[in-house]
Amino acid sequence: MALLEVNDLRTHFRTDDGIVKAVDGVNFTVEKGQTLGIVGESGCGKSVTCLTIMGLNPKRTSIISGEALFKGEDLLSMSQRRLREIRGDDIAMIFQDPMTSLNPVHKIGKQLVEAVMLHRDVTKAGARARAVDLLRAVGIPRPERRFDDYPHQFSGGMRQRVMIAMALINDPDLLIADEPTTAVDVTTQAQILRLMKQLQREFGSAIVMITHDLGVVAETADDVIVMYASKVVERATVDEIFSRPRMPYTWGLLGSLPRLDADVDRLVQIAGQPPSLLTPPNGCRFHPRCPYVMNICRTEEPRLAPVPGADGHLQRCHLDEETKQREAAKLLAATLADAS
Amino acid sequence: MLRFLIRRLLWAAVLFVSVTIVTYVIFFLAPANPERLICGGQRATTACLNEVADTLALDRPIYVQYSKFLWRLVGPTTSDVAGIPIPHPRFDLGESFITEQSVNTIVAKAAPVTAALVFGGAILWLLVGLSAGIFSALRPRSLLDRTSMVFVLIGISAHPVWLGLIFSYFFGFKLGLTPITGYCDFFNPAEGFGCGGPVDWAHHMVLPWITFAILGSALYVRMIRANVMDTMNEDYVRTARAKGAPERQVMRSHILRNALLPVVTMLGMDIGLGLGGAVFTETVYSLPGLGRVAVQAVDNYDLPIVQGVVVFSTAAIILFNLVVDVMYAWIDPRIRLE
Repeated sequence: MALLEVNDLRTHFRTDDGIVKAVDGVNFTVEKGQTLGIVGESGCGKSVTCLTIMGLNPKRTSIISGEALFKGEDLLSMSQRRLREIRGDDIAMIFQDPMTSLNPVHKIGKQLVEAVMLHRDVTKAGARARAVDLLRAVGIPRPERRFDDYPHQFSGGMRQRVMIAMALINDPDLLIADEPTTAVDVTTQAQILRLMKQLQREFGSAIVMITHDLGVVAETADDVIVMYASKVVERATVDEIFSRPRMPYTWGLLGSLPRLDADVDRLVQIAGQPPSLLTPPNGCRFHPRCPYVMNICRTEEPRLAPVPGADGHLQRCHLDEETKQREAAKLLAATLADAS
Repeated sequence: MLRFLIRRLLWAAVLFVSVTIVTYVIFFLAPANPERLICGGQRATTACLNEVADTLALDRPIYVQYSKFLWRLVGPTTSDVAGIPIPHPRFDLGESFITEQSVNTIVAKAAPVTAALVFGGAILWLLVGLSAGIFSALRPRSLLDRTSMVFVLIGISAHPVWLGLIFSYFFGFKLGLTPITGYCDFFNPAEGFGCGGPVDWAHHMVLPWITFAILGSALYVRMIRANVMDTMNEDYVRTARAKGAPERQVMRSHILRNALLPVVTMLGMDIGLGLGGAVFTETVYSLPGLGRVAVQAVDNYDLPIVQGVVVFSTAAIILFNLVVDVMYAWIDPRIRLE
């Protein structure tokens, strides 16, 4: 049994302008100890997917359907009480912006201890010892002293380490990381990613890594799903995605990866803007921006179909397999040529 | 911390001098003629006018009068504490032009009345503001939220004098539930025709408290609702929920703690301001507080009393702002006083 199995997840928000379909029929699984990367542009529904799984969307305005089975239990239909037991204990989450994700008026030690005390029957001293251990594990120097510091006394990278410590403090089976490196500078990004990989080995947690950065995916993920306009458009192992991408949107993402080793004047970008989720385009949602668009793309939405000869590789595109192979090979060749 | 206090005290001195000078200037700009009032208006004799002007030093230039006032207030003197002479400013506010009563005594008698009104009213408006504000924020657009917003609109629009008259007409005159106007001392027990003691005191204060608190609670409901709603959307509140904290704990430890920071500032300033005299409420209920004393003194061109009230309220505002700053540094770790 998969650790997390998400089936036909839909999250729609009621707004003054109408229903925004932020997540519209998403399926994926996360295996124990594995890392799943979710990639896509801002507003494609990747964060909302995870907030829905955690039950953290605003209740008043969201309409949620589908199921998210965590160890066989549906997170979406369980009681608030049971969900609270799981949150922070079996499933933990790291957020995008470490500058605003810690409460400014409480000492970080208190915030860590709170996380332990909510789920473990330990004394304050026991919780404190655990918190100091975790601060040391995430590489905070002099953790006993920093325990009594406030968040504003930490740098952004250090705060993200504190967030990671807080997430791992109860040894969760699943860690959801919502763009954990987006708000920190580049050198810190690499440190944070390395730290997460190292801790994953130590704690054995599975990770869902949400990112718009394919570099992060390449570095951390085992499997990848690519989301576009609230739907999954491609799903494969990380090797498959980089060697045999089968969807023009994924090609676009790969093409817009900045490269250190190639001398380019301008980054390649995907033309146009992501579509409005209030009134998404008919047919394939990517067709208004797709350079390979055909007539069928404007009317009929492609199914998420398996790629022949590649186990578990799914893609959502009307192009014939031959063209896809040719274009993917071209992209790969161009990348290699750039590299050489 | 020490540097902060010293700087604040220097600033307070500047503020104090400017406020009192402005009061003097305004007083002498107005076509005031206290000596004529004292000598019986139209029938005043020149001899009387001259004598009064001489005694009160009203025939001297403004700056001389002001320096005399300042000297009496902050000039040095000593008093014996357990046989040891301790030097300190004189704190003498002078005497009333009309009754020759010591202004210190007048202010000391009026200040507790105002303080009772302001602190009682503040407690009331905080209770209303907190409960209505938090519940409205939790259920935006609900019936309770809409009702409280209507109340806010009425509370902000209705003038205290009008409210006071309506209240004392209905609750005091028509229903007889409360006294119509007047004040009873908290300590002196009832004797003869008078009244006194805590029960009578509270009975007389109920309507003033409500009247005074209505504007305050209207403003505070709105402010607390907005703050709580803002804070609910903060990332760290989501973090707290993601940790598995129950809603009650999220509200108490993460939302309220942050949402109420600005409320502390406002409350300190409003109380300081109110202590300068809740003029309207005091006047409409004939409470012998600072506001009413000041209004009467202005009517009589009684400068020392006006000046006494001004000095007292300036001190109250400065003091409460200082308290707010120190408290703020204590409850918000991001702020350091220096």
